[in-house]
Amino acid sequence: MSVSTPKERRIILKHADDPNYSNRIGCYLREGGYENLKKAFSMQPGEVGEEVLKSGVRGRGGAGFPAGMKWKFLDRKSGKPIYLICNADESEPGTFKDRQIMYKDPHQLIEGMMITAFAIGAKQAFIYIRAEFHEGARILERAISEAKKAGFCGNNILDSEYSCDLVVHRGAGAYICGEETGLIESLEGKRPNPRIKPPYFPAVLGLYQCPTIVNNVETLCNVRHIIGMGGEEFSKIGKPNNTGTRIWCVSGQVMKPGYYEFECGSLTLGQLIFDVCGGLRPGRSLKAVIPGGSSAKVLRADERFSGTLKDGTEFDWGLEDIPLDFDGPMAAGSMSGSGGIIVMDDTVDIVEAMANVNAFYAHESCGQCTPCREGSLWMRKISQRMCSGGAREEDADLLLSVAKQIEGRTICAFGEAAAWPTQSFVTKFKEDFIRKATDSPKERDPKSLQLI
Amino acid sequence: MIAPDNKEMVNITLNGIEVEVPNGINAVEAAALHGKEVPHYCYHPKLSVAGNCRMCLVEMGTPMRDRASGEPILDEDGTPKIGWVPKPVIGCATNITPGMHLKTESDLVNECREGIMEFLLVNHPLDCPICDQAGECRLQEFATDYGRGYSRYVERKNVKPKRTRLGPRVTLDDERCILCSRCIRFSQEVAKDDVLGFVDRGSFSTLTCFPGKELANNYSLNTVDICPVGALTSTDFRFKMRVWFLKESKSVCTESSAGCNTLVSSREGTIQRITPRRNDQVNDTWMTDSGRELYKLVKAKSRIRRPSFQGSDLPLDDAISQAFEALKNKKIGVVASCHSSLEEQFLIKRLVEETGAKVFIRGHFGEDDGILLSADRTPNLRGALVAGLTNHYPSDHLNDLNESLADGHVDALLVMGEDLKESGVNEDHLKKVPLVFLGTHQNSTSDCAEVVLPGLTVFEKSGSLINRSFFLQSFDQAIPCPAGLMTDFKILARLIDLFSEDSIAPSELDQIWEALSSSENSVLKGITFLKIKKGAIQLDESKWEHLSFVEKEALHYLPTGVIAS
Repeated sequence: MSVSTPKERRIILKHADDPNYSNRIGCYLREGGYENLKKAFSMQPGEVGEEVLKSGVRGRGGAGFPAGMKWKFLDRKSGKPIYLICNADESEPGTFKDRQIMYKDPHQLIEGMMITAFAIGAKQAFIYIRAEFHEGARILERAISEAKKAGFCGNNILDSEYSCDLVVHRGAGAYICGEETGLIESLEGKRPNPRIKPPYFPAVLGLYQCPTIVNNVETLCNVRHIIGMGGEEFSKIGKPNNTGTRIWCVSGQVMKPGYYEFECGSLTLGQLIFDVCGGLRPGRSLKAVIPGGSSAKVLRADERFSGTLKDGTEFDWGLEDIPLDFDGPMAAGSMSGSGGIIVMDDTVDIVEAMANVNAFYAHESCGQCTPCREGSLWMRKISQRMCSGGAREEDADLLLSVAKQIEGRTICAFGEAAAWPTQSFVTKFKEDFIRKATDSPKERDPKSLQLI
Repeated sequence: MIAPDNKEMVNITLNGIEVEVPNGINAVEAAALHGKEVPHYCYHPKLSVAGNCRMCLVEMGTPMRDRASGEPILDEDGTPKIGWVPKPVIGCATNITPGMHLKTESDLVNECREGIMEFLLVNHPLDCPICDQAGECRLQEFATDYGRGYSRYVERKNVKPKRTRLGPRVTLDDERCILCSRCIRFSQEVAKDDVLGFVDRGSFSTLTCFPGKELANNYSLNTVDICPVGALTSTDFRFKMRVWFLKESKSVCTESSAGCNTLVSSREGTIQRITPRRNDQVNDTWMTDSGRELYKLVKAKSRIRRPSFQGSDLPLDDAISQAFEALKNKKIGVVASCHSSLEEQFLIKRLVEETGAKVFIRGHFGEDDGILLSADRTPNLRGALVAGLTNHYPSDHLNDLNESLADGHVDALLVMGEDLKESGVNEDHLKKVPLVFLGTHQNSTSDCAEVVLPGLTVFEKSGSLINRSFFLQSFDQAIPCPAGLMTDFKILARLIDLFSEDSIAPSELDQIWEALSSSENSVLKGITFLKIKKGAIQLDESKWEHLSFVEKEALHYLPTGVIAS
């Protein structure tokens, strides 16, 4: 590694670990809080949207869709009310960034949301928070009431004529509620069955069939900073088409797991694992990395990735050379997703790792559409049987075939989320799967960790 | 019902061939119009689109346009370049736009269908040998047509409840359920009784009633009809009959003036069940539960099976002669019925003209449910108007008959099935006059009749009825009539012949219709029975616009004077 590892650049998590900073409004105001809201209110709503478009900020929830573009799709002609929803249902295994923001700096989110609501003309905004974050919900509720008292939220914000109410809605504990149309259904009080698109695009037919914008917590926080520094300035952070900072949540077998905020593309996966996170445990070697939450395709340590980037430059990377931004992991055939990087060393039984991932998706499939409902459970049953001494040589191909029958045929992206791990695990570690069938004992080692 | 009602025709390319279809209908319907089946489970033409079974996946593309100019982009050979959607799309939620390209037969589509079929079957029990749905099961049919034909599944199947009572008439086998949600959408959208839902997640999702609720509404059996598999079963029909043994006859429900189109399924002269028949102008694909029970009247205890005279049985011919003897040279009162077919009502009218009798008719009314059970609980009140039996809207009693009997204007009665005591006629009056009863079931009037002529139920005869929207609809004989009996209008024709010396009354459907359609001023002019059999005929109702019909606004029915909102 010839290039020295850059320093963290904390924008969103600036105050996250400051011992002199709490999640109360006093601290936030002391550090210049809500100044950007005032700035936004001195502008026209359309200008705010333009700044966000100029910034090039991409959604931090997983798909990486430009936020400013998303706002442009909003149906403003219908005359129906417009809703803003913050997707705080962070439940992708390996991801824990939004929790830090909400627990440690909730006013940042509120300010970002109020600026966004002002820009899109929403009179009602929701924070849909994961059920398990009960403390987070309480923190947010207290922060909202503080902000309302201070006139930053609710009626006549900053003594303008603009009002926008903000409420916290706690989910009921399902991964699928993070899918935006599933979230909308859940918010309406129904089972969170994702809706078919077309016709139910949230920007046109969202919450209560009204135009709705759903953004991730980190994305909305970025809006605050975009207004603060201007879209132009923000777009200089990071790399073109990969602007701003990203919070990487590192978990697995590294010495210092945790969250790290860097400018997009400023460091490589290798730098993050070996320098920032202190490397692997002594005597271990790297086996695999999941770069963007458990639904991203796994990357194998000794893989080579080559091809041509969108801007025309050719690349030939090892795992450690993959730049950490939106496009890097994408070019390597996976995705940066929600920024949850899961590191696995050579002690990991790759089949068991996949069995756990499959168990998660089988448990979380909403059951609405056939491929995901039946396929995810089938894959779980196969992989658990493989781990329990019943593996057959043909199981690897069967798993691939089942995954292929799910991918691209479901109502929502959960189908891909369930299929991609299996596809990548089996393709890239096929020898491990074959070995399960040929060399493994016929019973599971009683000392091994329990499967989910 | 996403597809708008749009008659404008547009060109699309279906499997490489240019065809014409109505704009805006969905790909499943469009392909069907041109003989291409797109298999589907959750999609139902009369329910909202759920898009969850994924069986109708097809390939779709639209002509590409230049973003800046809006001009179509052309291929090298000058034809529009098609932008194919990279993933397969569901046909049920894909609405036709001009120039759209669809592939319902391609390697990808076949592979999708194979995959979905395999998924649907992995946790489906192998119940076919004992399943009521076998023989009319979409899962069986599509597995044969589009499935792989072998199983790769070696794991244990999910276990779910096998016999859940959802309501008084519906029993659920959860293991067979493929979670298509048709029944849930039907309950919400058509029956307006939201009681069904799924609990649990993923493959363990289970259909159930909400706590404290049951599927007890009068439309609950429609969920059994639309269930594409054998999950929802009719408690009445469960394990009774293999469906491939059933003979199906087209009929019309006689429960109310809604006139639901039905299929009567029978085997060896015994009716096993009644199911709705699709008619987009009358009942869509629905009917009431109570209407399905009507077949039980055929074998009811109170059914009149033998002609009788003064309490003792005799051959039908003799009974008709006795009826003539009882009525001749009398001031006859004829109690006609709104339950009779139009043909029977026509012959009653003939009889009245021949004998100078007075006609009395009553209606039967109940609560209107705003769907398919109308306030008029007779199937053919409008038939009585069209046949000219009355000019007034019938009331729910026969008080005028009571008066006529009291003051002696009527001194003999021919009653078409009605219960006179229940209709407000004093029993003492009835005892004084000779009474001929022609009907299917015993009541207090048949009990005191001098001559009883057995009538046939709607299932044992053919004829036509006029429903609340003035649709003239025919029903076919489904089962043979009991031995020794004959259809009502033939009895009436015989009776007319006895009264009339110089003419012969028409006694076949075709002859009756020849007479019915030849009358110059009649709304029936030019109609033949064959035409009715081909499809419901809308009659001109303007003659009766001034009458205050009791029906309320309902499915496919708007009372006169109500402006469509």
